[in-house]
Amino acid sequence: MERTTIDLWVGVFVALGLAAIFGLALKVGNLTSSNIGATYTVTAAFENIGGLKPHAPVKSAGVVIGRVDSIVFNSKDYEAEVTLKLDKRYEFPKDTFANIYTAGLLGEQYIGLESGGEETMLKNGDKISHTQDAVVLEKMISQFLYNKASDTKSSEKTKAAE
Amino acid sequence: MFNGLQGVFASLGHRVIEGVWRIGAGARLFFYIGFYLLESFKRPRLIVREIFATGVLSLLIILVSAFFVGMVLGLQGYNTLQKYGSSEAIGVLVALSLVRELGPVVTALLFAGRAGTAITAEIGLMKATEQLSAMEMMAVSPVARVIAPRFWAGVISMPILAALFSMVGVLGGYFVAVPIIGVDSGAFWSQMQASVDFRDDIVNGVIKSVVFGIVCSMIALFEGYDAPPTAEGVSRATTRTVVNSSLAVLGLDFILTAFMIGA
Repeated sequence: MERTTIDLWVGVFVALGLAAIFGLALKVGNLTSSNIGATYTVTAAFENIGGLKPHAPVKSAGVVIGRVDSIVFNSKDYEAEVTLKLDKRYEFPKDTFANIYTAGLLGEQYIGLESGGEETMLKNGDKISHTQDAVVLEKMISQFLYNKASDTKSSEKTKAAE
Repeated sequence: MFNGLQGVFASLGHRVIEGVWRIGAGARLFFYIGFYLLESFKRPRLIVREIFATGVLSLLIILVSAFFVGMVLGLQGYNTLQKYGSSEAIGVLVALSLVRELGPVVTALLFAGRAGTAITAEIGLMKATEQLSAMEMMAVSPVARVIAPRFWAGVISMPILAALFSMVGVLGGYFVAVPIIGVDSGAFWSQMQASVDFRDDIVNGVIKSVVFGIVCSMIALFEGYDAPPTAEGVSRATTRTVVNSSLAVLGLDFILTAFMIGA
């Protein structure tokens, strides 16, 4: 088949397009950073997950070691069941704590794992039993106000007693 | 008075019937293109030539406008984000708005203006000078020989152009944010990578551009094929191509976004 300059230009065009898609995937998107290789799955139940979403990072000591795979509501004990996919390279003791934290003041929510001291390690399909819910700002504020009110009341009482 | 009213209803009815007729004819043309699918890919030479005409020759306008759109996004985004002390998030803003929306949509609008009008005028003129009828006389199907290669060229070119638009736009945003404004380069890229998802953002953008490619090429081809074989008819058809393609792209973009975000 005879080659023409048009073929050359179309070849350049298609190559540029593929390069742009690769560039978007690798440089702009998270295709490189979300790649955590082989994983194992553990679950954790929370009473309140706040704004946690699937694909949120799971961190330990600040390092991303997995992702949240799915979140479902368990209507038996009214808890949110969160499935985590953790990197196979990292193992955690059975009594590991799973907490929901917020990155910064208004940032996204992620799960932080704090390892415990037990000898046996978490296996595929295990459940993390020690969990701490997301902090709900309204609850915190109302608790603060309640404490404040009871403080002033008790101080008034002590004053009156004096 | 009664006659005038009758005239209004008559023209209204005429327009409705005309619209339905055109939809039917367009659907038939679409079906024929699908019918000649194998035949057109057996002769890739024709498609390659049309990709050169629609895709390669649109590169300049796409790349230049992408760079400027990216730079404007960078400037505007910085202006607002800086008030909240999060100017590093500018990379996220530029990348997400380009990859999700502006890349596919602006590319499609430019494509309709740059390549769609050329297709309509070419086919309309081919019809006016009876080249299409001559082909039929020689038992060559004009749909297989003229229409289908242009359709596939548009469908192939659009995602490539949209991807290039997004990539060059991000580089334009980078150019404004990092060397000119002085945002930290590492934060620019790392925040972008943390928030742009390959499946949810980039692949959805590509899907959008494929849909826009189908719609824009289809409208341009149909308007050309359907144009009255006169100078005025071809000029009107070219105008209709731009108007209808732009409206279709913007409307479809809303529907596609609703599907993608809702899912």
